[in-house]
Amino acid sequence: MPIVVKIETCNSCETCIESCPFDAIVLKDGKAFINEYCNACTTCLTVCPEGAIIDKPDTTARPAAATANLADYKDVMIFAEQRHGEVASVSYELLGEGRRLAEQLDAKLIVVLLGADEAAAQDLIRWGADKVILNTDKSYEQFNDDVYSEALYNIIEEYKPSIVLAGASAIGRSFIPRVAARLRTGLTADCTSLKIEPETRCLLQVRPAFGGNIMATIVCPDYRPQMATVRSKVMKKGKYDETRTGEIIKLSGAAISSATSVIEFVKEVSELSVDLHAAEVIVAGGRGAGEKGFKLLAELADVMGGVVGASRSAVDEGWVPYCHQVGQTGTTVTPKIYIACGISGAVQHLVGMQSSDIIIAINKNPEAPIFNVATYGIVGNMFDIVPQLISSIRNIKEN
Amino acid sequence: MNIVVCIKQVPDTSEIKINPETNTLMREGVKSIINPYDLHALEAAVAIREEIGARVTVLTMGPPQAEEALRDALSRGADAAVLLSDRAFAGADTWATSYTLAKAIEKLGADIIFCGKQAIDGDTAQVGPETAEFLKIPHISYVKKIEEIKNNKIKVHRMMDDGYDVVESSLPVLLTVVKDLNDPRYPSLKRMVTAKIADIVRMDKDAIGADEDSLGLRGSPTQVRNIFAPPVMTEKVMLEGSPEEQVESLIGKLREIKCL
Ligand SMILES: Cc1cc2nc3c(=O)[nH]c(=O)nc-3n(C[C@H](O)[C@H](O)[C@H](O)COP(=O)(O)OP(=O)(O)OC[C@H]3O[C@@H](n4cnc5c(N)ncnc54)[C@H](O)[C@@H]3O)c2cc1C
Ligand SMILES: Nc1ncnc2c1ncn2[C@@H]1O[C@H](COP(=O)(O)O)[C@@H](O)[C@H]1O
Repeated sequence: MPIVVKIETCNSCETCIESCPFDAIVLKDGKAFINEYCNACTTCLTVCPEGAIIDKPDTTARPAAATANLADYKDVMIFAEQRHGEVASVSYELLGEGRRLAEQLDAKLIVVLLGADEAAAQDLIRWGADKVILNTDKSYEQFNDDVYSEALYNIIEEYKPSIVLAGASAIGRSFIPRVAARLRTGLTADCTSLKIEPETRCLLQVRPAFGGNIMATIVCPDYRPQMATVRSKVMKKGKYDETRTGEIIKLSGAAISSATSVIEFVKEVSELSVDLHAAEVIVAGGRGAGEKGFKLLAELADVMGGVVGASRSAVDEGWVPYCHQVGQTGTTVTPKIYIACGISGAVQHLVGMQSSDIIIAINKNPEAPIFNVATYGIVGNMFDIVPQLISSIRNIKEN
Repeated sequence: MNIVVCIKQVPDTSEIKINPETNTLMREGVKSIINPYDLHALEAAVAIREEIGARVTVLTMGPPQAEEALRDALSRGADAAVLLSDRAFAGADTWATSYTLAKAIEKLGADIIFCGKQAIDGDTAQVGPETAEFLKIPHISYVKKIEEIKNNKIKVHRMMDDGYDVVESSLPVLLTVVKDLNDPRYPSLKRMVTAKIADIVRMDKDAIGADEDSLGLRGSPTQVRNIFAPPVMTEKVMLEGSPEEQVESLIGKLREIKCL
């Protein structure tokens, strides 16, 4: 284990025990002891007042199985997913991000598209791809883990990209791990930021951990490709250029046969569904709003031309359906204006809305963490504030 | 029929808070629980046993204290429990975790392997599919309903972003499950008593015949570079006065930046 405690120096203060995000430090014979949960994140090194915890370099060589020739891996690859023939919007967002990374690495941006047509491939080029590897065969239209894994694995083996990105959608989250396992490489789920480290040219992958309470930077230094998934709405789309040209490489042939098959698809759309993604104004309520409060919030959303959002607590209470939930396990939103009423601002909620342009927080409790991210904060009872706001805005709109 | 349920012991993340001054986690009083999704996986396995007969083994990789989670699982209906514990497993990322679990499952033998959709401490949702890949068997993610198990085949509903797929697979198969699948039962008093004294099978790296270069921190392709508190925005204005005045100044601000 590279992280070790110098027993002589440890004064048993237990500061490190509390600081460890992985629960990896315990008290053993009165001294700190690092157990199997250690991830070598080095947090404890910085908190130990005695400097008793050190990062001892691993003297044994890295396993021989590490990717032999890292330099052979160059380009940036994106898996563009389609469902029912339509390319998912997260794919265009990945193109924006992938373009940026490719330029920093002076590499090409390659997109893999299975089961869609040539027009969709052309469109991906206009959104920033240099090359699209396309298989139009019908057998790829339906998502199948075995089939998709096999296809993407073979393409990666042939093209040797340095980075592979995919959407953290139901499809991406299901089959990309299989591909990473087969390639014997790392995969980081749900990244919120991707950067190239200038010295090493490694991909720095930032993602929330522990229910979004902290962020972690993950690297994959010895294996290629470096793989990551990203949720929709986290990255910004690139520029669409009508005149952009690129290469389409057509693969032919049907998919391999698989032990699993999709018998039918059942579409489920709630009649109450809302499009939180498209909304420019979101008026969101939490436990503090109560069922009554949501009536007010619907009215406010209406006069502002927006839609209603909610914290998980409000959804759990049954005041609004799940499709309104904003946050880590709900939708990630980036409206122009986000109004949070009676929402405390738990990190799981914040990760889903903190990129909004303007955040207005209305909360009774001046200590509520929501005020940490608020552009404008109002300490007060939402039942006093919101009706005022509705009538003021109504007045403005009428004049 | 042999069923293996992979469970993970996790800190109850809903109780974790960050100390804003030191940027470290405050885990005082945070208890360890079985990953909530894994309880649904266990419930599904026990329900299958009750319907068509099976032997349900819970499996976890973790430090010795993970035994607690296994005993909890026994009290919720599992027949046997296996603890994969070895210093060499320490610091495993999802790749090395899946490799290790797969090695153990090969030894145990299984027709159906259940995992939770994700573990709430990491939220990666990768261990299930990666384990299936190591075992060279199919997997189906986000299972929200098991329709039937018949003639060495299983038919389930897989939750997708826009509805659900009805998917059929041959056995053996690995399933990852979502919370809609069932309502997990509580530990029964009788089972709690037997779970306390039940034998836990312990396996280390030699028992599963693992390749040392694929284990723990050493075998993990990914590394945690650092950990930090989520960024907070600096620009902020608190609006003062009576509710009327607060609303008035908010309207003023919004008009200033042409949002109204
Ligand atoms: C793995 C995991 C995933 C999660 N995912 C999400 C997610 O996606 N989205 C999400 O939102 N949460 C999520 N959560 C839950 C999250 O941790 C919080 O529990 C939740 O966001 C709290 O909701 P709340 O702010 O509405 O309720 P509370 O924390 O109870 O806050 C209510 C607030 O309302 C204020 N208030 C009360 N009355 C009034 C009034 N009359 N006027 C003004 N203010 C008032 C109070 O001061 C308080 O700050 C997740 C948790 C976990 C563990
Ligand atoms: N250490 C472990 N031991 C046993 N099962 C695990 C372990 N880690 C993850 N799992 C299983 O894999 C699922 C997904 O975990 P994760 O990929 O970490 O989100 C969990 O719900 C568990 O069923």
